Amino acid sequence: MKRLINQQPSKAGKWLLGALPFILILLVYLVASNERLAVNPNDKLMPSFEAFGHAIHTMAFEPSKRTGDYLLWADTLASLQRLGIGVGISALISLVVGILIGIIPLLRASFAPVVTVISLVPPLAILPILFIIFGLGEVAKITLIVLGITPFLIRDVQLRVMALPEELIIKAQTLGASTWQLIVRVVLPQVLPKLIDAVRLSLGAAWLFLIAAEAISATEGLGYRLFLVRRYLAMDVILPYVLWITLLAFLTDYLLRRLSLYAFPWQQTEGGAK
Amino acid sequence: MKNIELKKLWKEYGDNVVLENINLTVKAGEFITLVGASGCGKTTFLKMLLGTEKPSRGELLLDGDPIRDEPDANRGIVFQRYSVFPHLNVIENVMLGVEFGQSKLLGRCFGSKRRQVRAQAQEMLELVGLGHVANQYPTSLSGGMQQRLAIAQALIKQPKVLLLDEPFGALDPGIRSDMHALILDIWQKTGITIFMITHDLTEGFYLGTRLLVFDKHRQDPDNPNRYGASITFDIPVGDTRKSTLDDISNTMKQKQETV
Repeated sequence: MKRLINQQPSKAGKWLLGALPFILILLVYLVASNERLAVNPNDKLMPSFEAFGHAIHTMAFEPSKRTGDYLLWADTLASLQRLGIGVGISALISLVVGILIGIIPLLRASFAPVVTVISLVPPLAILPILFIIFGLGEVAKITLIVLGITPFLIRDVQLRVMALPEELIIKAQTLGASTWQLIVRVVLPQVLPKLIDAVRLSLGAAWLFLIAAEAISATEGLGYRLFLVRRYLAMDVILPYVLWITLLAFLTDYLLRRLSLYAFPWQQTEGGAK
Repeated sequence: MKNIELKKLWKEYGDNVVLENINLTVKAGEFITLVGASGCGKTTFLKMLLGTEKPSRGELLLDGDPIRDEPDANRGIVFQRYSVFPHLNVIENVMLGVEFGQSKLLGRCFGSKRRQVRAQAQEMLELVGLGHVANQYPTSLSGGMQQRLAIAQALIKQPKVLLLDEPFGALDPGIRSDMHALILDIWQKTGITIFMITHDLTEGFYLGTRLLVFDKHRQDPDNPNRYGASITFDIPVGDTRKSTLDDISNTMKQKQETV
């Protein structure tokens, strides 16, 4: 018998081992739910799979009686729009600011401290300020996402720029590059894939801020719906929504990774994005 | 024709004297190899030629004018590593220098101009023997090929001086001798002035037309940084007698033992 550390699962075995925890969680839920429902058929805490199916059907495939919208899709659209705009703005700001303070020492001296301080402010603590300034509309929610993840992204981009080998920066200068040319032809293209990686890491935080903002003030959105149906203990809606958000988060991450590999093929031989 | 002149040049960091009182005149087209124990200041010397370090005292002239204290297109460089851009393929790496000169705003050429630059770059690639891998990314090339690329990339700007910082230090011996043939060939064809740092004394002897050895004239055992290094041997063209090689080799060995 080989040592445990030298035993590799076969391909099928890998799938099976990977699926096992999911199957176990499902089984545990099924058993627990059945037990509870046997005692009290009206139990709302652990609905049966039938109840889930029914709730999903109501939310996703039947127009709402009040508004006529298909709620799941309307919520998803609203949330993804806020997330997309928020993350997009953050990425753009952090790319510009991060590169500038990463490569130009004079700008770094004056902006790096302020970015560090801003990154330490807990974004949720200033949510009330945002609501006061921007009202309860879309702007406040998007601003929260931007404020929440931009400082992290700026600092990441800045560090990536500063981690570029000095040899490359010197080499570009010996090829006659001006500061601007060096930024657009050497720094920017090498930092873009790193920005995508940083955005992937910051998506979790972006979802957190989105759901928090929606929970407090919104008329639609995944976070809004979750906190609305909480009042009715509607676990049959909440759990599918949580799974749906998880799936969306997974898909965004996957798509960003594919984008990075597709748009920057030179990373593949370098062992970049994985 | 004088190309590079150093007059009473010193380099110090506070009390730490790295180089002291260096006087040197280099004519255009010389192939200078620099050797010396590690920490002897040969890299600092090269950095001053490159413009990333400034002399503390004295003059450093390029074609009669003080050398610019930041890197520019007059001085090409090949480092031991990280000399080529990983995000550009081989030919784009070579085109880059020309594009910087032609397009101020984007640093990128388009259309017929681009085709022209590309043809020029292709020619340069043929010269260093990389014509067949023009469209590959540098990371897929071997170390020797990457260094060939770095040389081509530097040469396309037609610098007045080519600086090589242990360019072949990381290569296998076989590849290294190919690279020696290449660099000699390029030097003969272009007549460019070359400064090359090497750890390998025989390499320095074989390649250069002039070998400079950096070492300290004086030693203060209590304060090793009190005195800086200067040029202890300046051996001209073709003096490749075995006895000279042994002489230098011995002084360098003694030096390393005392360090």
